[in-house]
Amino acid sequence: MKLSDVKTVLSANVLACENLLENEVHSACGSDLLSDVLAFVKDQGLLLTGLVNSQVVRTAEMMDIKAIVFVRGKKPTDDIIELAEEYGIVVFTTELPLYKACGELYLTGLGK
Amino acid sequence: MAENVMRLHYTVSDTDFAVAGEASSSVKKVLKQLGVPGEIIRKVSIAMYECEINMVIHADGGEIDVEITPEKIRMIHKDRGPGIKDIETAMQEGYSTADENVRELGFGAGMGLPNMKRYTDEMNITTVIGEGTTVDMTVYVKNK
Repeated sequence: MKLSDVKTVLSANVLACENLLENEVHSACGSDLLSDVLAFVKDQGLLLTGLVNSQVVRTAEMMDIKAIVFVRGKKPTDDIIELAEEYGIVVFTTELPLYKACGELYLTGLGK
Repeated sequence: MAENVMRLHYTVSDTDFAVAGEASSSVKKVLKQLGVPGEIIRKVSIAMYECEINMVIHADGGEIDVEITPEKIRMIHKDRGPGIKDIETAMQEGYSTADENVRELGFGAGMGLPNMKRYTDEMNITTVIGEGTTVDMTVYVKNK
């Protein structure tokens, strides 16, 4: 699935790395626990989370995650966006809550 | 192979959570440039990142020394924190002494040390109560 399709499915805004929307992801995970992301995620392209801090971006970088979706209308601060730009990680925000955002993506076949 | 060692040194800031992970990120970059396989890079960066987070959460920062050779990557994390009372318990998944602030940031779930163990080939912890802890981890680039 292209990141541009993720944007459409989640009615998301793009806050960082808009030039990378042609990149593809094949799986995703939804979590507010970064240590779980670090423990169990393998080759996940997309991280959906309700957590908003710079460690979300750092965790994504360590895991080679290509894009982050901040759910429930949460707005990352400028330093978070700058860090994502530096690492080449796409940042989305969506009004959908975590469960719904994951559900909508799963329905399209992502990660099935 | 003694001449074929790259050494890196980092100081982890005391309580600035926002910059925790900079050392791991820098090592990741170096390993990429050296052409180390992606899977190895990920193991090293996750283990180091978890350790770096621990140093900020529990120990007011510390020092990290990294040795890179064609065979292995060794990371030595040294802090002057409170020490670990019971290493065996601390190694259990889900056991944590972190406070609520840390949990709100997405950590403190008791997965740090187990994750480090999971992603490294060797891990040794030396700890003295009231003096500090050293976590010495090695990831092999090639199978031994």
